[in-house]
Amino acid sequence: MALKLVIDNLSFNYASFAVLKDINIKVDVGEVLSIVGPNGSGKSTLLKCINRILKPQRDTILIDGRCTTKISIKEMSKLMGYVPQSSISTFPFTVFDIVLMGRRPYINWNLSENDSRIAAEMLDFLGIGSLAMRHFNELSGGEQQKVVIARALAQQPQILLFDEPTSSLDIKHQLEILCILKSLAQNLSCSVVVSIHDLNLASRFSDTMVMLKKGRIFAVGSPEEVLTEENIAAVYDIKCKVTHSLLDKPQVVPLISEDRVVRSLNLPTQAPLPTQRL
Amino acid sequence: MSSTEIKTQYTKAKARKFLALFLVFIALIITIILSISLGAGSPRFSEAANVIFSRAFPFLNIAPENSITQFIIMDVRLPRVCLAILAGAGLASSGATMQGVLRNPLVSSYILGISSAAGFGAALAIVFGVSVFTPIGGYVVVGNAFVFSLLAMFTVYGIARVRSINTETVILAGVAVGFLFSALLSLVQFVAPEYEALRSVVFWLMGGLGSAKWQNILIILPIIVVTLLLMSKKSWDLNVMSLGEEVATSVGVNSKRTLTVCMVLATLATASIIAFTGVIGFVCLISPHISRMMIGSDHRFLIPCSVLVGSVLLLGSDTVARLVLAPTELPVGIVTSLLGVPFFIYMLLSKRRQSWR
Repeated sequence: MALKLVIDNLSFNYASFAVLKDINIKVDVGEVLSIVGPNGSGKSTLLKCINRILKPQRDTILIDGRCTTKISIKEMSKLMGYVPQSSISTFPFTVFDIVLMGRRPYINWNLSENDSRIAAEMLDFLGIGSLAMRHFNELSGGEQQKVVIARALAQQPQILLFDEPTSSLDIKHQLEILCILKSLAQNLSCSVVVSIHDLNLASRFSDTMVMLKKGRIFAVGSPEEVLTEENIAAVYDIKCKVTHSLLDKPQVVPLISEDRVVRSLNLPTQAPLPTQRL
Repeated sequence: MSSTEIKTQYTKAKARKFLALFLVFIALIITIILSISLGAGSPRFSEAANVIFSRAFPFLNIAPENSITQFIIMDVRLPRVCLAILAGAGLASSGATMQGVLRNPLVSSYILGISSAAGFGAALAIVFGVSVFTPIGGYVVVGNAFVFSLLAMFTVYGIARVRSINTETVILAGVAVGFLFSALLSLVQFVAPEYEALRSVVFWLMGGLGSAKWQNILIILPIIVVTLLLMSKKSWDLNVMSLGEEVATSVGVNSKRTLTVCMVLATLATASIIAFTGVIGFVCLISPHISRMMIGSDHRFLIPCSVLVGSVLLLGSDTVARLVLAPTELPVGIVTSLLGVPFFIYMLLSKRRQSWR
């Protein structure tokens, strides 16, 4: 397999505050790589560095061996698609209009036959053809997420980035979206990079996992290698049990006692009740 | 739905948009005919058509009308109609562009403070005779209003640039600059030595198309045509901006550059109009909304539709403004609001869908 995306010793600072340090990641063609880690560990920053919304200080991100800083923003959009956590359109657009926006890198003013064909095929591929003429803002969160994925696919990218794609969805749509990700990698040979909070979903759907702690890679490897009780304790500061009994992939069951959470909140012990003041 | 069905549906939706554009175009033609043939000295429409055709196609050898009719049509009505169409088109398309690029349905092309700045520039020239131009012909007030409009835009750009060019910084800086210039405008009005000058300033601020002359139109026309074409060229970028700056970047659109370019284009168009007409409000705010309700948010159709709707609205309002208190003319800004607001509220209440999210 050919290496698609290489992140070679990436560091990133906001002003003088280091957010990412010494990040090394390699992603193959057709691979799903998930990035996990606590809030503030640098997951979103890492994704934004990859798709150049943020610009790292040194040339450290390579696509097919080419440094991303040498690739124009337009050419980049043909190589890489990005799906944000949730999307809203300020003005009312139909679903088909939104998917056509993914053809922006290929069109000037007029659409070609090819552009509308590709957009229609992407809707069909994701099974949401019946939504084509509906208004985007009137759809449910799960439907919107699929439309946005169709928009990213219409760019015909080789790499797809997803920023917490499941965090506002119900359990059925979470599974659906991640099945779509998996099939994009397997059937369209995309390299998929996804940041995600849910360790169990990440475990089921990724080939490789990267676990971040305070801007550094704490663990990297297969879900079995990364999701160990020791790693989770060290990164998330919780006790858990990792079980292989339900699926062939590890599943994490947190064991934290309520008592400890309440103590860590520093609640006032003798808060006066409102009635006492009367 | 299969992908061929989707494409058929999309083609149908597009056909409906072209039909809507055509209907507004017909409305514009009707408004033009009414506007030319109504008013003081009123030549009948057949006479007006005679004059226009005999001038436009001299080889037809149409018998010319008498010279008074010719004068009214060629030097009074037609320039005014042309100025109304140009101004309506330019203001409405700038409004649509600014709303699109700033992702905000509340902004108009005046969001960068250019109306107050133009007013301040005009007031300086009217009250004190101070001008950035050495007085050439009658363009002292016009030149001052135009230059101060551009000054307001560059100030906004400069302020926003210090942090980062994005929608929030531009809107906030625009509001601040607008307040600055309106304070300066009030100051000029407050210290104005003569009553006559003050009256002229107030009259200028209300806006009107009374200054319509062919030579003015020849100055405005190329600016509006060029900026309109360039704004239309940005249609896809404006569409993409609706999904936010990050997504815009990921589909290959440089959002900062798009914002800067659109700011410059909308300001050039707006400033070149209001320098001649004074501040005509409301057209640039509601024409894009009316168009969005009719035709959707795709800027490839929205900008042409706004152009037509803005022209109809301003030309219609100007015709009413000329007629309602004849022989006195109402300032057109009053009429655009009085006519436009009820229509706009009707559209708001009768449409199932909002024209913003």
